[in-house]
Amino acid sequence: MNTSTEVIAGVGLADQARKSLWPARLDWLQSASGLLLALFMWGHMFFVSSILISKDAMWTITKMFEGYFFFGTAHPWIVSVVVACVIVLFVGHAFLALRKFPINYTQYKLFRGHQKLLRHGDTTLWFWQVFTGFALFFLASVHLYLMLTRPHLIGPYESADRVWTENMWPLYILLLLAVEMHGGIGLYRLAVKWGWFAGSDANASRKNLKTLKWAITVFFLVLGFATLAAYIKIGIEHAPNYGQHYVPTWLQNAPGAVK
Amino acid sequence: MTDTAVQAAHTADAAPVAHRRLRFNILRYNPQDTGSVPRMQTYELEEADGMTLFIALNEIKEKQDPSLQYDFVCRAGICGSCGMLINGRPTLACRTLTKNLDAEITLAPLPFFELIGDLSVDTGKWMRGMSERLEGWLHAKGPEPDLRRLEERMDPAVADQVYELDRCIECGCCVAGCGTARMREDFVGAVGLNRVARFKIDPRDRRSDEDYYEVIGDDDGVFGCMSMLACHDVCPKNLPLATQIAFMRRKMVAIGWKK
Repeated sequence: MNTSTEVIAGVGLADQARKSLWPARLDWLQSASGLLLALFMWGHMFFVSSILISKDAMWTITKMFEGYFFFGTAHPWIVSVVVACVIVLFVGHAFLALRKFPINYTQYKLFRGHQKLLRHGDTTLWFWQVFTGFALFFLASVHLYLMLTRPHLIGPYESADRVWTENMWPLYILLLLAVEMHGGIGLYRLAVKWGWFAGSDANASRKNLKTLKWAITVFFLVLGFATLAAYIKIGIEHAPNYGQHYVPTWLQNAPGAVK
Repeated sequence: MTDTAVQAAHTADAAPVAHRRLRFNILRYNPQDTGSVPRMQTYELEEADGMTLFIALNEIKEKQDPSLQYDFVCRAGICGSCGMLINGRPTLACRTLTKNLDAEITLAPLPFFELIGDLSVDTGKWMRGMSERLEGWLHAKGPEPDLRRLEERMDPAVADQVYELDRCIECGCCVAGCGTARMREDFVGAVGLNRVARFKIDPRDRRSDEDYYEVIGDDDGVFGCMSMLACHDVCPKNLPLATQIAFMRRKMVAIGWKK
């Protein structure tokens, strides 16, 4: 009898003889997807904040991702492909992380009571990681869908119009807070979970990692809010011309300017 | 120093030191008594020099309330019997000096374990179950050891590593401080993972990583740990639990991707 094909209530008999290898793989995949998303968010924030340098800088980066400097014409679908990959990672990470959520009120109540009684830093951070992760299910989904379906509307004026005239700024404030909290705590937890950078004095390393974690969170929050403020300012100024695309300074009088 | 100054200094040395009046709020409940309901009871006593909670509780029991239940054996942080929540934090009462606490002290039994009464819990029952589940004993290589021959030599560095993890006294503080264990009672806890790590590095144990995977390779084992690390932070023996759990996680994940 081939026991591996025998199934009782969805469980192969072979699984009962040896432990499934999937818990190990899922644990690894959760960490890997989280790491990739966190690194993506760092890059994303630097690219988006190019608006703080100039509108032309932001336009240049946008067009670079659309392949304009490689193909001679802009292909926003390239951005959609990248966004689709991010969505797959995002959904996969959310699915894997759900395994760790409190799954009923009893678990939630026990954890919250424990957290309040213990008053332990990393335990409290875990709660905020779960809380912001839950918020991201909804906040990030809205943004990702917009970027997937409207990649051609990314640019100095296009993004500013979306932020201000299309009333996305309240969502972006919450999204920024949730992403930076979740990502910062997540990266710190990854390091301690896998023993990265533990060195010869793991306690001292952990303390340094936590300081670094807060420094990075504050840095990206300041950068993020400065960037959002810049888009809001441009959005307010550009509101009367809502929908008009940005043309870089050096192309404004050139024939065949990119629209 | 002048004679007057010396005399003044002696007078100051001889003056009685004013001790604080300590207030103990202790959770009282006897699950064996059907009429008993959980309540907080307050006791007051004068602090003494070098007073530990062991001394304070003994004084309360002797002079104020002989019905108070709590556990002590060694009074020296070795037996692990006196683990309790001291102001919400799991630790050993015998190693806690009252001078390091505020005058108002709240004591409660360790959560998670079966309550015997008041501050006394049955950690032994759970520890035995954990040990049987993890097979937390040496699985010797080869035939029965010949007791007439010298023991096989062990590298001193490895022996130190084994001894370091063997310092665990199974007081239960790590489990009581663990957010995962509070939510998921089948979680094996840092004490269990530390036990497995101890045998993994012991060259006398014949078990392979695949064998260890069979006992901790799931969400009740190492993959259930969410790296809040309260276990590490509250461990009264300062065991390197964070690094040991990370070590076992890396080893077990490698098994997950091996096949």
